[in-house]
Amino acid sequence: MKKRAWDTIPSSDITPEEIYFNRREFLARAGLLGVAAAALTPDGVAAAIRGARAQRGQEVPLRVGADLQDEVSPEEVVTGWNNFYEFGTGKEDPARYSGDFEPSPWSVEITGEVANPGVYDLDDLVRPGEIEDRIYRLRCVEAWSLTVPWRGFPLRNLISRLEPTSRAKFVAFETVYRPDQMPGLRRNVLDWPYVEGLRIDEAANELAFMATGVYGKDLPNQNGAPLRLVVPWKYGFKSIKSIARIHFQEEMPPTSWNLSQPREYGFYANVNPNVDHPRWSQASHRVLPGIRRTDTLMFNGYAEQVAHLYAGMDLARWY
Amino acid sequence: MNARARRVLWMKVAAWVALSGPLAWGVYRWFLGDGFGFDPVQEIMRYSGFTAVWVLIAGLAVTPLRRWTGLNDLQKLRRLVGLWAFAYAAIHFTLYLSIDRFFEWDTIVEDLTERPFLIVGFLALLTMVPLALTSTKGWIRRLGKRWVTLHRLVYVSGGLALLHFWWGQKADLRNPMIAGAVLAVLLGARVWWATRSGRRTG
Repeated sequence: MKKRAWDTIPSSDITPEEIYFNRREFLARAGLLGVAAAALTPDGVAAAIRGARAQRGQEVPLRVGADLQDEVSPEEVVTGWNNFYEFGTGKEDPARYSGDFEPSPWSVEITGEVANPGVYDLDDLVRPGEIEDRIYRLRCVEAWSLTVPWRGFPLRNLISRLEPTSRAKFVAFETVYRPDQMPGLRRNVLDWPYVEGLRIDEAANELAFMATGVYGKDLPNQNGAPLRLVVPWKYGFKSIKSIARIHFQEEMPPTSWNLSQPREYGFYANVNPNVDHPRWSQASHRVLPGIRRTDTLMFNGYAEQVAHLYAGMDLARWY
Repeated sequence: MNARARRVLWMKVAAWVALSGPLAWGVYRWFLGDGFGFDPVQEIMRYSGFTAVWVLIAGLAVTPLRRWTGLNDLQKLRRLVGLWAFAYAAIHFTLYLSIDRFFEWDTIVEDLTERPFLIVGFLALLTMVPLALTSTKGWIRRLGKRWVTLHRLVYVSGGLALLHFWWGQKADLRNPMIAGAVLAVLLGARVWWATRSGRRTG
């Protein structure tokens, strides 16, 4: 891979970060180091899968976003109006051309600065007991928004299970690359595969979420089945879909839209009404479906939970 | 009315129907059809802009097509096509001011002074204003040879419109590339004729 400009940014230049969640506390809360270990045996896997299925049929708690319940977007919009260029650049292409995509079985490769690297089956990464619903606002960099009821689990849970080393300052994500199932990959609109990344403290933030479902169902292919990131305080393109690889590293990883248009899309891509896209204002956006326009909020309305991550940073420079 | 006049009249009627088609279809879609989908503003801006660019290209194609086909009557359609191009550009801009920006003048001024993507689009429209205004028989007579020179400005409008179209894309450049290729052929033909004959082709 080409050496990117920011591969050379020394990590010391970036706001210091720690994984400030407590791993031991997490394990205690999730219960059960023993159960986690058991799930890694074949029988345990089968049990975990059965558990996950049972869980899906049961009441899943709504843990975040109850205040947004009245604003949830129509399901047909969320599942019919997507940016997922692997299936085409039109907003209706992903729903139309993702029929051949096979989200099951699915494995995720975990690499880099982590104590537990390896190729994991999806069911080994998802703990049935931690599945929850969250309603999040989604703000696209193209100045439109939706409100989406996701189902999934906190990213921090997964990260703590994988045990990143002290050198893991960033988490890089990669979308699966399957030209035979993803017709959009035939054209080099972006430098495939799609890659994204978070600083590790962003990834450990309580809001960072791994979605496996939406509207109480498994994720449709066009929404990033079977596993996608959701970071609601950042522009939508950060929430990478159909994740096949997670890599922990010390340097800031390259990200697809930044590689494509560095002046327009930064690594951080925090929703920020004060920092405009070169081609349009980010101060307001359209609420879909429809033509209504509303003011964009700092960090998409999640400042309380995430503003501290960027204390002292010039957000006009780190856009 | 002789046969030729009748033929020209029918050509004009056909051109008028064809050129008003996108407008009629757009109005139908907005009020009775799919309403331009889940993001109507973005879709109608794309639709109206795309139409404006292609009608402008059609106007630029009239003279080369006349020369290639030998159908001299085509020339009678040039003003009609050009005025429709201006109309579509004006509709596109009006939609931007209204349903996109809701006449929020602070943002509009910011857009049209600070954002190159929007500045070139606005300039494309502005350069078409004098062309539309001087499209009447009276102005053609009054300006004489200068009219021909003035109306070469349409290639500037075309170039600016193409740039606006190009910069309006996020990553997929297919559509502006096709428009750019056609514009290049049309302009290239003009340059080729001008250098070969040394004559003004108008």
